Amino acid sequence: MTGLALLIPIALGMGLAGLAAFMWSMRAGQYEDIDGAARRILIDEDDWGEGLP
Amino acid sequence: MNAPTLRLVEDAPVAPLATTRFTVPGMKCAGCIARIERELPKRPGIAAARANFSAKRVAITHDPALDEGALAAALLGLGFEAQTVAEAPLADDGKERKALTRALGVAGFGMMNVMLLSVSVWSGADGATRELFHWLSAVIALPVIAYAGQPFFASAWMALKHRRTNMDVPISIGVILATCLSLYETVTGGRHAFFDSAVMLLFFLLAGRALDAAMRDRTRAGIGALLGRMGKSASVLAPDGSTRRVAARDLRPGMLVLVAAGEALAADGEVVEGTSALDNAMLTGESAPVAAGPGAPVHAGAINLAAPLTVRLTHVAEDTALAEIARLMDEAGQSRSTYVRIADRASRLYAPVVHSLAALAFAGWMIAGAGWHTSLTIAIAVLIITCPCAMGLAVPAAQVVASGALLRRGLLVKDGSALERLAECDVALFDKTGTLTLGEPRADIGGLDAEAKSIALGLAQTSRHPLSRGLVAALLPEGVVPARLDDIRETGGEGLTGRWNGLPVALEKLEGAVPEGAAEGPLLATCLRIGNTRHIIRFHDPLRPDAAVALAALSREGLPASILSGDRAGPVRAIAAALGLAAEAEATPQTKLAALEALKAQGHRPLMVGDGLNDGPALAAAHASIAPGTASDASQQAADAVFIGEGLMPVALAVRIARRTMRIVRENFGFSIIYNLLAVPLALMGLVTPLLAALAMSVSSLVVVANSLRLAREGRA
Repeated sequence: MTGLALLIPIALGMGLAGLAAFMWSMRAGQYEDIDGAARRILIDEDDWGEGLP
Repeated sequence: MNAPTLRLVEDAPVAPLATTRFTVPGMKCAGCIARIERELPKRPGIAAARANFSAKRVAITHDPALDEGALAAALLGLGFEAQTVAEAPLADDGKERKALTRALGVAGFGMMNVMLLSVSVWSGADGATRELFHWLSAVIALPVIAYAGQPFFASAWMALKHRRTNMDVPISIGVILATCLSLYETVTGGRHAFFDSAVMLLFFLLAGRALDAAMRDRTRAGIGALLGRMGKSASVLAPDGSTRRVAARDLRPGMLVLVAAGEALAADGEVVEGTSALDNAMLTGESAPVAAGPGAPVHAGAINLAAPLTVRLTHVAEDTALAEIARLMDEAGQSRSTYVRIADRASRLYAPVVHSLAALAFAGWMIAGAGWHTSLTIAIAVLIITCPCAMGLAVPAAQVVASGALLRRGLLVKDGSALERLAECDVALFDKTGTLTLGEPRADIGGLDAEAKSIALGLAQTSRHPLSRGLVAALLPEGVVPARLDDIRETGGEGLTGRWNGLPVALEKLEGAVPEGAAEGPLLATCLRIGNTRHIIRFHDPLRPDAAVALAALSREGLPASILSGDRAGPVRAIAAALGLAAEAEATPQTKLAALEALKAQGHRPLMVGDGLNDGPALAAAHASIAPGTASDASQQAADAVFIGEGLMPVALAVRIARRTMRIVRENFGFSIIYNLLAVPLALMGLVTPLLAALAMSVSSLVVVANSLRLAREGRA
């Protein structure tokens, strides 16, 4: 029983953390531009500096 | 992160920045994203640009002093055509999908945790442990069901309020009864609780709903990116010569409006000053530009091609020729709204059967003297087992996979109902210009030598006139390198002039009549002048390259095609002869609509494929309709699907895949019914434990999803 008292809150806590992470990612717009994210990988990082102040 | 963060120039005034959204349909690769996001912030007044590739949108953060026109011009300077996104109609874009995805997340969380506890109970947890686990399940499941069940409860309530029944009624009753009974069991320390079944049911059903919503959203984004070329505002000239932008709905007859080259008219009127050419393709479907001078009537939706025009408005808003066609479309579209989707047709049969079965089970066991508790448990088991879990997934899963497959082939289907209606069509009608043909003039460059081609490209690539663009489209694939020209100038209504190695060169209006050519007759011609030599370049509107193949594929599907065009009889006959089709020419929007209604009265289910606004009412009245991506806004909105690119094949493919989808949907239904035939007797006999219910539910859902995924291969084959 003591094992359960420890394990069940841990399991629930992890589940809730996952749910919170999912809600955050929805709100932060992580799923807004899925195709775009896939393509942005191809953009060369180094060139970003040039021309910007 | 690849995205540039918003960087402000430090000595910039502290004015609050404005954000304007544009749709940029031309964004096609990573290079485009990089170009837009890197180059735009270099322009004065623009702080940052952020591209959304999926929605083909660009959000620009800028100094409020810059107006939409300047921003669109900046994007055009980078090589992207852009239109501002109207905020209002797209404000709740994706709201439903987001709500469903949130509910799905919550249900997923609840399902996993309740299942964790249920598995222990099934494996023999007993006494105090079982009671504790039941209580914990209740604590998790109750809020989860209250939150994730809302979409179903709300829809079921709406249906009941209107004395109807739909899929959501048995779902809601099943879930609520199961929850209440499980709660009773928990409180009284009983053996079985159905919390896991209730939450799992919600999870699977929400998955189906979320898929359905995602499909509609994706297509809406695609079509939204194509829309927006119609004139939505106009520059009104004040008596003192200043101009201000006025939204189309606030225009009044008598106003003087300045129409810049490249701008679309927002209302009907009469030219007061200026000479130009107008592209009336949206209204008439006719691709050749029409000359307009003082006194000429012009219509909303026409695009001014060459030089600025001053127009006195005569008819605005609801009185324009455009609005008249829109009204016809509205009326023609009424019949479609009464179409009953297959899932609803199934549930009309299914819901009463399920409800009576459950009621019978309860009554039967009561009469048999099992006591109300056992009887109720069995009735709920029947409800849960028969809950259309597989059915709820059967239709959306197949349709989402099919629409994904079609999207890869260049066809955007608006929603599931469109797929269902496409599958039922048995006769096809095509518009000519812009549908069977490309709808844009292509140059005939056979008579030019390499030097002339190079000069022609050098001149044409600087202009946005349709003839220039057609010339560029013909020259570029041949690998022609543009000649280096100086002093290039474009004169509206006259043409382009420049200098090549000191020699004056020009692409100009042809004087005199266009000489007649091949069967179709060249639509238009232009004159390329190099020094004193003149070359005449003819233009024609070519058939889509795969038109014949696509029509053959359609007729193999049992859809005989014919042409219904508003164009003159001659060109229509030539095309009809080339493709071996029957044709009706010089049809007005009203006669097109009448032809569709006549076919429907004969019991046919016509598929209409057209692009012009004159096809709008016919598109709306047809059983199903498809428009090319180059079609007018209104036509794209009226059509069930939009195809992109130069090929006509997506049309034939749409019908084939729609039919395969419906076959898969029927298979899915068939499977659900077989599964019920096996499971319901067990449930009626009271042999279904929560474990069995949970297993049966997952297996049936997985089978349905797996069966639907077979459609994905269609898109790749």
